Order: sequence, then structure tokens, then C-alpha cells
Amino acid sequence: MDDDAEIIAEFLVESHENLDQLDRDLVELEREPGSRERLSSIFRTIHTIKGTSGFLALNRLEQLTHVGETLLSRLRDGEVVMTPPIAEGLLSMVDTVRALLDGIERTGRDTDPAIAVDPVVAVLEALLAADPVAEEPVVPPPAPEPAPEPASEPALEREPEPVPGPEPEEPGERRTVVDSSVRVDVDLLDDLVDLVGELVLTRNQLLQRSLGSADAELVRASQRLDLVASELQESIMKTRMQPIGQIWSKLPRVVRDLSHQLGREVELMMEGHETELDRSLLEAVKDPLTHLVRNSLDHGIEPPDVRRAAGKEPKGTLSLRAYHESGQVVVEIADDGKGIDPATIGAVAVDRGVVTRDQLARMEARDVLGLIFRPGFSTAAAVSNISGRGVGMDVVRTNIERIGGSVDVASEPGRGTTTRVRIPLTLAIIPALVVGEGGERYAIPQANLVELVRIEGDDLSRQVEDLAGAPVLRLRGRLLPLVSLAETLGGSSSGDEALTVVVLQSDDVRFGLCVSEVHDTQEIVVKPIGRQLKALSMYAGATIMGDGRVALILDVAGIAATVGVGATQQEPADRAAGGADDRTALLVLEVADGRRAALPLAAVARLEEFGRDRVERSGTAEVVQYRDGILPLVRLAAAIGLPDTSDQGDQISVVVHESGDATGAVGIVIDRVLDVVEVVVDASEVGRRTGVTGSAVVQDRVTDLVDLDAVVRRSGVPA
Amino acid sequence: MHTGGSPGTTTRTSEQYCTFWVAGLFFGVAVDEVQEVLRLQPMTPVPRADRAVTGLINLRGQIVTAVDLRVRLGLPDRSGDELPMNVIVRSRGEVVSLLVDDIGDVIDTAGVDLQPAPTTMPRGVQDVVRGVRPLPESILLVLDADRAVDVATTPDNPGGTP
Repeated sequence: MDDDAEIIAEFLVESHENLDQLDRDLVELEREPGSRERLSSIFRTIHTIKGTSGFLALNRLEQLTHVGETLLSRLRDGEVVMTPPIAEGLLSMVDTVRALLDGIERTGRDTDPAIAVDPVVAVLEALLAADPVAEEPVVPPPAPEPAPEPASEPALEREPEPVPGPEPEEPGERRTVVDSSVRVDVDLLDDLVDLVGELVLTRNQLLQRSLGSADAELVRASQRLDLVASELQESIMKTRMQPIGQIWSKLPRVVRDLSHQLGREVELMMEGHETELDRSLLEAVKDPLTHLVRNSLDHGIEPPDVRRAAGKEPKGTLSLRAYHESGQVVVEIADDGKGIDPATIGAVAVDRGVVTRDQLARMEARDVLGLIFRPGFSTAAAVSNISGRGVGMDVVRTNIERIGGSVDVASEPGRGTTTRVRIPLTLAIIPALVVGEGGERYAIPQANLVELVRIEGDDLSRQVEDLAGAPVLRLRGRLLPLVSLAETLGGSSSGDEALTVVVLQSDDVRFGLCVSEVHDTQEIVVKPIGRQLKALSMYAGATIMGDGRVALILDVAGIAATVGVGATQQEPADRAAGGADDRTALLVLEVADGRRAALPLAAVARLEEFGRDRVERSGTAEVVQYRDGILPLVRLAAAIGLPDTSDQGDQISVVVHESGDATGAVGIVIDRVLDVVEVVVDASEVGRRTGVTGSAVVQDRVTDLVDLDAVVRRSGVPA
Repeated sequence: MHTGGSPGTTTRTSEQYCTFWVAGLFFGVAVDEVQEVLRLQPMTPVPRADRAVTGLINLRGQIVTAVDLRVRLGLPDRSGDELPMNVIVRSRGEVVSLLVDDIGDVIDTAGVDLQPAPTTMPRGVQDVVRGVRPLPESILLVLDADRAVDVATTPDNPGGTP
């Protein structure tokens, strides 16, 4: 009996995988009905399920797959041609097979009376009976079936593997996958992640001890341990990475069903399905992505006649694109539908009380689109059963933000809508800023961090003001509400002569958190906290520091809610506009002894100082060893045609620029950093030359605007 | 395996208890609910949490909430120089530490029936006790670990200590 249970479990896992493939195959098949390759693949899957179910005495499943197989074998042999009713019939067979498998998973039997097998069998039999080949209807369907089957696949009957050896059609690709991978229980992987985290902590403690030790052998051994532990950690994190294609595999079916239901013609394009992210995140983004796809079909792409009238292709295009960008995974869902009209959105938002007419009037078109993510907003004029089920875009946004991601939408009325979802690569490990308060350490996710500001002496009285008990900071012309971490945590803040402000952003809220100490940034492992603390929205979890002590992770949105920092009246428009309007954050640099140049701040990953003696040569290029790799250097002055004076001290100042794929980091050597400014750049062509796109007046001084691509190209690293 | 301790269960298959003292009271938790017993661990306080939550400890990489049973049961606070012990229990899939005064032996109570707790005990204690087993030398209060670790946390609780 136990053996049976094991076989059934194995059978279920395999069959579910096969069914996913089947969905894709069937949808493909509908598009190119003649593909014998697809037909064979589908036939094999159903055949395998049938064979095994017969072996395991799952009679209803066997009966169903038997009829399906008969129909498929005729399709494969060219006796029947694929038609929409046949596709429909086969898809409903797949659904019923899935339902039966679920039933088997629950009860071990396929006898659940709630699953109607007979009607589906009847439909399939009717399809078989309608077979245009003359002699077939005379003979009862099961009769001719055994003939082709043992002939083509003699080895299959008792073989639970989806791809049998002797299959000649396309064994290559699928076999390698089967041969080179092992199925592992997810719990085991999670355990490994925990254990390796523990190992890393132990390693840290040991390293600290061994540093002062005179025992050379111990020092060497602990250094080896250090290396091995780091690599182990990296490898284990990788085992949790899965391609996003896994959650996409169901979308062709969703799109197909929906477009039929809605009377749309849609071409689904998917790109980048191999893009990997942590499996826990994959689970978390599945529903939001499906919702966005449904939205595009329901509200975006128009019916064919409307499209024709608008002079577009009757068939709409829905494209999904996934790629890595600066340590994040970006998923774009783009349609070429009717787009979103800001005027309609605005009107609806006012109507539903999401914003006041006054607020709306002050908003930019782009921010108006962002209103669809506000709670209480749903664009569905009539609630349809496709996307208007009370689950609005606000839920999509909340779910994505919960895992540290973000979502934004851009649209051109009449041309289409693009929704961009950004998700961190991994949930388990995030970069965080560690701050100190009341003798304890707290971690703030870097994703929420905007900047750090320290205000001392006279500036304190000039820039920090008290508005009826609410302290605010004048920061580059804007008022930033200040929140004291000490007071938030229930203590009292010390009236220091200096103030350290961590500027934080969450949703539409930006505020400054005053902290006592700033430690450093580090990669932290996010761990859940017990349900005794779940009601405290200020904490997102906890982590373990290098010394083994626990530190709480602050939840920025939760703190904002706790202390009541809301999106102030002018704030949302003002804030959201910060990224969208003409203001650009620039890093202003000094090069060539007093000349000024500026880089977009967004292109700057880090600022570093290296000792001059660390600069080595590789070929003609200058490089430094940096973060376990080699960082090529470019002298900015030379790259923009100025005399190089960056070598005057013992240290060189380097701006680290990372292109999309983390491997392409480049160090740009400058004299020094002057300032970070946020300005409206009024660029002029004056001074345009190699490496410089032009110049602009920044802080009353003429400043060269660096053409980053050209400078990076000089390093020999592909930009 | 274990039943998860539904309140209606008056007798349990396991009659072995891990015992400890809290403010002079003799408590026991069924051994299959106890993971381990530890000395006082370095603890990170959680500002604004319920007063019974003493802090978070790092148990081999897992973050465990420590609940002070004296506070939880409404008993007088421990004096400053008494160091509590951690009784690590499993409760509804989570691991929680109960801070107690002192640890006793594991005892087998076979043959001693579980009786309802006397209604004259303080409410705070009655709430988390499944019943009592009167042993020859002492009376064992059988703790319901699930209820003991259930700390109502109100987000507006002002500060850690009153």
C-alpha cells in the first residue's frame, strides 16, 4: 500500500509538470494546426498518463485519457484536422484530468463525484463520431485505437518517465533537462539557507577570534573557512533561483481563454522567460502579474472591429518582457490597446473621492495615471468577471511592494499601456542601512532609503523648524517632515547639537527619520518574527548581525502609518513628479584642476577612494581589484579632453558606474566630488565634444555634462 | 503528530512533563511540546511590544520571541538579580521561548489524573492552565503552551514598560 502511495505521489508530480507543457502545446497547436511535433508531444503526455493510470487502477482517469488519446492519435496521423471545437474539447479534457489529479492528491482515488468526467468523454466521443473519415463511425472508437499505439510506442506502457528513450522526434532537449537536474524538496532548500546563514555567523565569530591569534595554522584554516562559507552561501542562494518562465507558462492559456471569452484577438509575446529570481518572490508576483495581464486584455486591447476602425491591426499584441536591471528584475507588461486616458482617470478619481478636484488640477498627466493604484479606485465602468472583481490595482501594488518591489504605469492614449514591475532578486537577503538607537541596532531596507543628511551647528536652527509641534526640515527647497526614531520606539529623543536624518520614501510618503547613530550598510538575511509581534507594523522582520545578536528591521511604510505621516496635500503630486519632471539629480565633480563636470546621479553606484598604489595594469588599461573582481578605470579628464590631474594625492577618487548586468562596472577617476544637486538641466550645445554632450549652468557655474556611454566605452567595457 | 492542544482536550496521551517554577508555582509543559531548555540568552528588546515580550533571541539562526511568564500570568516581577531560564516550546508551527525562574526535572505523571484548575486561582493563571495534576509532593499546573504564548499586542501600547 505504501509503495502504491509513493508511486502515486511520483505520478502526480510528473503529471502536473506534463500538463503545464500540454497547455502550452495545445495553445501553440491551435496556431499552427499542422505541427506534428506538437501533436506527438501532446499525444505522448496523455498516453503516459493513461498508461500509468491504468496501471494504478485509476479507472475514471484512464477512461478519460483513453478517449482523449484516441482523438489525439487521429490528429497525429492526419485523419482528423484541428478545429476550434476540437481544441476546446482537448483543453476541457486537460482541465478535467487536472481536477482528477487534484482529487487523487487529496484522497488517493479518482472517484470524486464532483468531477464530471462523463460529459467531457461524451464531447470527445462526439468529436470522434463527427470524424469525416467514412468508415470510422461504424467501428466503435476504442477498437481502432490499440493498433497505432503499441506500434509507435511499445516501451511506454509501464514507463512513468515522460520522455521514453526510443522516441525519435525531439528527445535531445528534454532529456538533458531530466538528466542534469534533481528534484529537491523546497523545505530542504529553506533549511539549507538557514544553516548556511548560521555557518556564516559562526565564521564571523571565528574570524574575529583568529585575527589576534599567533597560531598561523588556525589563521590559515579560518581564512579557508571564510572563503568556503562565502561561496557556499552564494551557491545555496542560487539553488533557490528559478526562471520566471515557470509562472509565465500558464499565461498563454489564460490569454487564450480570456481573448475567446472577450472576443479579442491577441498575440502573446514573451521575452526573457529565463530571467531568474528567488522562488519565494516568484510565488508572490504570480497573482499580480496574472492580474495585470487580465487587465490588459479587459481594459487595454480593443475588440477587432474597434481596432480596425482605429486603423490598427485587428489582432492586438500583449508582450511580456523580463530582464535584470541594477540588481532587480523588471517585468514589463505592454499592450498596444486603447491606452489610459488621464482625463477619464482624473474624472473617476474625483468621482470616487480619491482626490479632490483641486489636487487633480495640480497633478501632472503622469501622476494622474498613478491614481489607478490608489485604494478605492477601479476603472471598470461595469464590473466584469475578468478583472473588476473588487481586486483593484491597489492590491497589485500592495502585493508587489510587500516584497520590496514597485510598479508604475505609462500610457499613450490610443497607442497602448506599459506597466513596469520591479522586484528584488531575492527576498531572503536585502541590502540595508544599519542605524543605532537607544543602544540597539535597527536595519532599514535600502530600497526605502533616499539619502542621508547630517545637520550641524547653525544649519540646525536654519533648516529645521517647528510647525506647531511638527518638526520639518528644509531640504533643497522642500519641506520634509521629521520623525524621531527614539520617540517612535517609545523613548525620548536627545536634544543634540547635530541631527542625523535618514530620508526615507515609501509609496507617496517621504519623511526624514532622525537617528542617533548610523553604522553601515550591509546585506542582511530577513527572518520572520513571531505572531506576538505581528500587530506591530513598524517592524518588517528581524535579522541576525555579525556578532550573533538580533536586530529588528524597520518597516518604513509601517512607521509612516504609526506616526501618522501621510501623503500631505501637495506631497503626492510633488513627490511623484520628482522622478518624472525635468529635474535631474546630478553628481557634480571636479576634474582637471578646477573644471566642473556632472554625471546623472542615477548612473552612480558608489563613490570609492583607492590608494594610488592599488592601481594595477592590465594590458593598456588601468584597473583596481575591487569586490572580488577587477574594476577597469577610466580617467575622466582624459576621456573628455582635459589634462589629467587626478593623481595628485595618495588617494584617487573613483565614481563606480554599473551598467545593467552587474558585470560591467567601471570606475571613473575624478579629482573630487563637489556636490549632489537636483536641478532643471538647461543643456546647451556649447562645449560638445567627445565624452561631453554639452554644458549647463549648475550652481551658477558652467559645468560639462558627461556623455557616460562614451566614457565607459573608453574603458573597453561594453556599455 | 501531537494534537495541537485544542482547549477541549482534558487527557493527553503523553503524561511526561518538563517542569519549571514561576513565582513559586510549579508548572509543567508536555515534553513533546518542548524543544529545549537554555540559560538566559542575549536578548534584543522590541520597543512598543506587549510588556510580556521580553525580546528576541537568536536560536541557531532562528529568531525566537521570548515571553516572560511572570508578566504573562500577571505575577509579580522577578527581582533584578534573578536570571530567568528559557524553556523553548513549539506552538502552532512557531518556536517561542518562555522565561521561567528555574527548571525542574522531567516527571512522569502516569496514574495521576488531570483535574480542573481550582477556580480560586488568579484569572491570569487559570487562563493558560489546562488543569492540575496533584502529585504526592507538589501540585503540578499543566500549562497550555499555545495559550501561554498568545500575547495580545496592541500597536498603541505606549512604550515597553509602564
